[in-house]
Amino acid sequence: MSTITQQQVGLQVDAPTGTLHADVVHSSLGFEVRYMGIALFKGVVKDFGASLVDGKLGGAARIASLEAKDENLQAHLLSPEFFDAERHPEIAFTGELVRVGNGVEVDGQITIKGVTKPVILRGTLTGPVTDPYGNARYGLELETTIDRTEFGLDWNADMPDGTKALANNVTLRAELSLVAAA
Amino acid sequence: MRVLAISGSLRRDSHNTLLLRAAAEHLPFGVELELWEGLREVPPYDQDDDVEPAPAAVAALRDAVAEADAVLIATPEYNHSIPGALKNALDWASRPYATNAFRGKPVAVIGASAGLFGAVWAQAELRKVLAAMGARVLDGGVAVGQAADKLDADGGLLDEALRERLDDLLGALLAETQPLRAAA
Repeated sequence: MSTITQQQVGLQVDAPTGTLHADVVHSSLGFEVRYMGIALFKGVVKDFGASLVDGKLGGAARIASLEAKDENLQAHLLSPEFFDAERHPEIAFTGELVRVGNGVEVDGQITIKGVTKPVILRGTLTGPVTDPYGNARYGLELETTIDRTEFGLDWNADMPDGTKALANNVTLRAELSLVAAA
Repeated sequence: MRVLAISGSLRRDSHNTLLLRAAAEHLPFGVELELWEGLREVPPYDQDDDVEPAPAAVAALRDAVAEADAVLIATPEYNHSIPGALKNALDWASRPYATNAFRGKPVAVIGASAGLFGAVWAQAELRKVLAAMGARVLDGGVAVGQAADKLDADGGLLDEALRERLDDLLGALLAETQPLRAAA
């Protein structure tokens, strides 16, 4: 197995300047939430875009592209009880990427279901590498945890022991392959 | 614009049907209230029968909901809950779940009862059921208690405070049919 040496920004290089766009085929956007107190339920949103312009990260995702393994669950997640995708088709984020220790933080604002809240994403920035097409490429991995009820995603159901079926805290995770604009 | 009105009562002189007739008087010019009268014909839900073509009364209900801009349901309260016939009709209408005619549809719930409380528990349960079906359910309702004294036979709502509540609810319901205006 060959080894690719990755340089972490906090250690060796500055945050990239100029314009980088997410190579969305090789990037992902997902969420994780505890269901029925035990298992972690994960979902991905397929249709999104992101760019990093002089340290400013911006992204938006079409919530209707949220993938669930069952069409009934999909319909429920897109309904007014959850994302209300008909009225609020996009979730969006903007923020400023800064180095913190060996990692990065993006201090910004996230908009879900029409509600905008401040949020800090934390993670790592790796690269650059030169890809086979001659472009500089960075890896940016970020996550944060939000309380879904602050965004009006209030659905829940009672368990037999009186606890709730779905946790309020949801971890959002982005793994971006960012390519410098040619 | 058309609002489909569904009464949860089959009784000829139903207070809830009267309440829906009263609601028609509170809608602005150009908004039509269509009273659905097929409740008695809806068969008991049976998944074996839930195939295409759907039973005629079920297909008619699904079409009526799909074609309406909004739905207004008036429910009586039986044993603190939704009348069986109404729940049964909604169970039919909720199928298939992912694409049912109520999905995303603005719906308001009101209720009348002979007793003091105006079917508030049935209204709450009905809102829960409609939300589970994927409808866009309005918060709050109108509870007409002691309905015999508050509704006249011509469909007039005699209580001024209740008239105002009904006006507010119907205004909110119509606003939900035009999300851009509602969001502004």
